[in-house]
Amino acid sequence: MKNPVYTFEKLKFASFEFTCCEGCQLQFANREASLEAFFSLLDVRTFREISSEKHDDYDIAFVEGSISRSDEIERLLAIRRQAKTLVAFGTCACFGGVNSLKNCHSMDECIAEVYPGLPVETLPIRKISDFVKVDLSIPGCPVAKKEVERIVVSLVTGSLATLPKYPVCVECKEQLNTCLFDLGEICLGPITRAGCDAVCTTGKTPCLGCRGPADDINFPAFLELVGERGLNRSDLKEKLGFYNAFEAYPCQ
Amino acid sequence: MIYKVISKAEFKRFIDALVQNNSAFGPRLVDTDSRGESVYQFQPVSSVEEIAFDYTRTASSAKHFFLPFREELSQFHFHDDDWEQNVSYEANPVVLVGLRACDISALNILDDVLLNSHFPSACYLAKRKNTFVIGMDHLPLPDCFCKSLAHHTVSTGFNLFCSDIGEKYYLSINSSKAFTYLKEFQTEEPSHEDNCLLTERRKLISRSFQTEVDVTSLPSILDIEFDSPVWEKWGAKCLNCGTCAMVCPSCYCYSVEERFNIDLKGASRNRKLYSCNLVDFAVVAGGHNFRPKNGDRLKYRYYHQHRGFAENANQQICVGCNRCGRACLAGINPKDVINDLRMEKESCMICVSQSPART
Repeated sequence: MKNPVYTFEKLKFASFEFTCCEGCQLQFANREASLEAFFSLLDVRTFREISSEKHDDYDIAFVEGSISRSDEIERLLAIRRQAKTLVAFGTCACFGGVNSLKNCHSMDECIAEVYPGLPVETLPIRKISDFVKVDLSIPGCPVAKKEVERIVVSLVTGSLATLPKYPVCVECKEQLNTCLFDLGEICLGPITRAGCDAVCTTGKTPCLGCRGPADDINFPAFLELVGERGLNRSDLKEKLGFYNAFEAYPCQ
Repeated sequence: MIYKVISKAEFKRFIDALVQNNSAFGPRLVDTDSRGESVYQFQPVSSVEEIAFDYTRTASSAKHFFLPFREELSQFHFHDDDWEQNVSYEANPVVLVGLRACDISALNILDDVLLNSHFPSACYLAKRKNTFVIGMDHLPLPDCFCKSLAHHTVSTGFNLFCSDIGEKYYLSINSSKAFTYLKEFQTEEPSHEDNCLLTERRKLISRSFQTEVDVTSLPSILDIEFDSPVWEKWGAKCLNCGTCAMVCPSCYCYSVEERFNIDLKGASRNRKLYSCNLVDFAVVAGGHNFRPKNGDRLKYRYYHQHRGFAENANQQICVGCNRCGRACLAGINPKDVINDLRMEKESCMICVSQSPART
């Protein structure tokens, strides 16, 4: 693949899914206008959702989903052994995601509720970095295709692949939205990493933090804000726990 | 400047004709907050009825019409063994209705920075020249402190400024465009009584301020208080969310990024408004952060607003609209921060300057 000035190699690419809805991988098919250009950056070796061909000679693996069974751990370790670059793709892979709500219950309870009477193995939900080294994370529920495009271009061209370090508020203000705190809601926007173009808050839905904490957040000040506004602490805890993305910031 | 008066009914017809035939924006009610207060923003308007002439203030300023939150500065095309740069800065004409004196002052400050500097911004110039600005006076809100910075009146930087003198608007016409448009509508020379009403209106505005922030000598106080614990105190509250700079009418700091297009046949250079409170504002190549602490970043926002530019261009950048103070979730606002800094100094003065006892 050559543009008039530079020569770049296509990425020898594979995409895998674990416990998830596969909605992040589906985002690969989004933004039709640039789809052809996007896939011309990739030499797809394995990608079950779009191709029955399967080759194990990939360099870069995008991994969607969280880990909830022992055979998933084995598969993940095998991917890590092959991939030069392993990307945690989507909120489930990065933080455990909405699946982590399972961890509030005993595993026996979960099996009895979902698969009553069937011999099913299940483990508490874990993010993939609990088992393997992750080289790059692309959070989001689902991931934003625009950001995926930008990061894939960075990977192909060998430039820095970065995420915004600041919180959602910046992008929310760009949309001229009324602050949801001023409408009496708890919104995780002030502590959540931007990059989503504030899509939820623009639709007047408070941010649930699917992209995880922004860099160097001021969590004590955020707790104080929720307290000062007289907002419900258990509502806050529920929101912080929704994607399991704020594990590092315990809230009593 | 040419002065005219216009009846309110005729004024509405004038505005209606302008906004119906142009891409126009004006204050509109967008929400009612949980305290029951109306929230306004500059939004597209296509008829005069959509404009909330009695609005308090817009939550966000009108800055982004001139300095968009994100803007493509140029495109690069690769061909043969070379590349070419294409810069385009055409701006479509826009009518902006209802800016306050402080908002227009902020535009004048942006003009100083972006037009009257060594490297004028063509992108900004195109938008500024192609925007028809109609200002409207208002009675100050309880937290407005623009008078402290002498921005409660404005005499340049707009096409037309309207003062509410009861039955009529007193028009200050500051461009030939505004004069020509108004020819189609019925206006009159201001009478002696109209002039008196305007003076009364200005007096009323001037004496209605409830908030005063003493900004005299602030540049030097900021110099002296560089290591003040006040910065740490307020910094500890700061969420680093950048909201203050986003809603500010005069914060203009930005980041620039160059990216390959997805087909790799070209690239673009993009500008994005940034905030000195964002965690990586002062990160340089290699990853070093010159301002890793909240308090440092907050301090530099105040330094830029009230000191740096004042030293170089003899004016503070803040126009006293308090949008940042209202929007800040952590309750940080210029009045309290500046008063805190002054208190620090003044309490100090008291303890060292005891008068000698009389003998």
